Amino acid sequence: MPEGVLCSKQVVDTKEKLNALLADKGGKQYYSEMKQLDVDGKALWATMEKTCKSRLRTWLEICAHCGMCADSCFFYLANNKDPKQVPAYKIQSTLGEMIKRKGKVDNDFMHMVMDTAWSKCSCCNRCATYCPFGIDMGVMFSYVRGLCFAQGFVPWELKIGSGMHRIYNAQMDITTEDWVDTCEWMAEEYGEDWPGLEIPVDKQDADIMYTVNAREPKHYPEDLAEAAILFHLAGENWTVPSRGWEETSLAMFAGDWGACKIQVESVYAAMDRLKPKRMVVTECGHAYRATVIEGPYWAGIESGKTPIESFHYVEWVAEALRTGKLKIDPAKRIKAPVTYQDSCNYVRNAGLADCAREIMSQIAEDFREMRPCKEHNFCCGGGGGLNGIGRYRRERNIGLTVKRDQILATGAKLVVAPCHNCWDAIRDLEEVYEIGIRWSFLKPLLLSTVVVPEHMKPRNE
Amino acid sequence: MYELVTGPLAWIAFGIFIIGLLYRLVWYIRGLNWQLDRVTYSENVAYGIKGALRSIFYWLLPFGTHSWRFYPGFTILVFVFHICLLATPVFLTGHNVLLLERWGISLPSLPEGLTDLMTVAVMVAALFIVLRRIALPEVRNLTKPNDFLVLGITVAPFLTGFLAYHQVGGYDFWIVAHVLCGEIMLVAIPFTKLSHFLLFFLSRAQLGMDFGIKRGGMKNKGMAW
Repeated sequence: MPEGVLCSKQVVDTKEKLNALLADKGGKQYYSEMKQLDVDGKALWATMEKTCKSRLRTWLEICAHCGMCADSCFFYLANNKDPKQVPAYKIQSTLGEMIKRKGKVDNDFMHMVMDTAWSKCSCCNRCATYCPFGIDMGVMFSYVRGLCFAQGFVPWELKIGSGMHRIYNAQMDITTEDWVDTCEWMAEEYGEDWPGLEIPVDKQDADIMYTVNAREPKHYPEDLAEAAILFHLAGENWTVPSRGWEETSLAMFAGDWGACKIQVESVYAAMDRLKPKRMVVTECGHAYRATVIEGPYWAGIESGKTPIESFHYVEWVAEALRTGKLKIDPAKRIKAPVTYQDSCNYVRNAGLADCAREIMSQIAEDFREMRPCKEHNFCCGGGGGLNGIGRYRRERNIGLTVKRDQILATGAKLVVAPCHNCWDAIRDLEEVYEIGIRWSFLKPLLLSTVVVPEHMKPRNE
Repeated sequence: MYELVTGPLAWIAFGIFIIGLLYRLVWYIRGLNWQLDRVTYSENVAYGIKGALRSIFYWLLPFGTHSWRFYPGFTILVFVFHICLLATPVFLTGHNVLLLERWGISLPSLPEGLTDLMTVAVMVAALFIVLRRIALPEVRNLTKPNDFLVLGITVAPFLTGFLAYHQVGGYDFWIVAHVLCGEIMLVAIPFTKLSHFLLFFLSRAQLGMDFGIKRGGMKNKGMAW
């Protein structure tokens, strides 16, 4: 069978196709069809000839097989130093082989490549910082994911996710109406306690356009309210766009580059429409990576920058604390030992380690660094889309042990994780291994430590 | 025979070495693509240059990066091997005498006792690199026969040169073998992993630009390699 009904090389771009996939619980039929899926070796090789250029080929060719990337990889460490988990081995046995065979690979091989690209690499890019030649196997596995996606070999959840982006411009089925309703609902609900609280939608020329992760309106709308309260306390002139509010990109995790472009262009269009001075992105790592770091390239913006200056939430918080827009009440600082989870996507891959330290120095009395930390921190264990893929739950849970041990070594009882993926991974880590920790985004911690001016105090206090 | 290997064959070997590397250089740079690589090579140039230089500098410094510090034993091996490998032939009295005879120019020479020691260092370091390759499962699993061949090509000129210098057996045989091995190495550089002679710098510069321009270099002091 060349193409399945659910599992095929076609992208998901209609609600009918999307609903059919969603109805296939756990992707049972999807994965069984995948076993029959033909590999179009010609198309695969044509793509590689066009896109696998000197940078990637040189990386594959000059790799000295020295093994210095081994200990950089949390999967290698978590799997009892299995030689098959060495990043160089993983990429040579997948992309390296595909090139050697000029794309002439079979279904079994593509299954192996898919399993490697999604369950043995979270694209955290840590290996790139340990290779003397600067070989970035995270970048290469992201590239491999694109090759797999085009051939139809992609985990079920991510095929759905990339379809969501194509249809809803969001990783979940949230329409413009749903989103605007949620904003109004939250403003109203929390406005009772916080007089004057607003969530302005589509306000022109604001100082800040705030954008989120679809999970927030869908599952944690209070996060949006907390953001609003903090902007309110800081006296910011801000807005959210009615369209182009979603920063995340499951399409990036899926390797669906077409959907990546569609998604980020919806955000850039909101920038053009509302003309805000700058954008602030919620506490999400891959969202920032997708829309701010990689997005301009997908959209073909030659400066490599978003149309307006874009900040991650930690940058805004650090700035607000620095300029005194937000002040922390020393008496309310967190007393228990706290550690901080550096997100690969905005720390190693976007350089924001110092913002996090600025914030922690103000809100926590007993801040403890993980070792290693900052640019060299390990992935939470759930990055690169891994948290959301049922097929690889076991592999993900094994990978979590590195983060578990890092947290345990700090002795901290609270892990601050301003990234949805990290937050989820640490929550799941506690669920699986029960080490007695709490985890939190920054917003609730800021709200409980910030100085609230008398006239802004909640009415019920 | 000596005239042949130090004459026409030497010219051919150096020719292939230089043209081969030039081809590699042009091919590498022409194959870079700002949109595919997602690095604006020709925008934000100052950040790119800074990132590239930092990326090369810290990795050329022994123990200059987290990675070098993480593997101290191997780091010592790598640096001893490469420094001696590159410095010995350039500052060797015998080579400079030859240069002076043929072209009337020469570079400063290191004492013969020292270059002898450096030659031994190359061979000993190579031996430990081989042992490490066999002993460590994570390295053994990556290893291909080619890895030994390339190391053999690299060490051969040192071994034969050492034997010739100490006149173990016939000098005439070893000196010809030495020159030939050197030529094989030169020719092998553009065609094998030895191309990292050049590509190390290009690849490091590229990733340095990536981090310098896109992955944080414009917002922090530069990647903490």
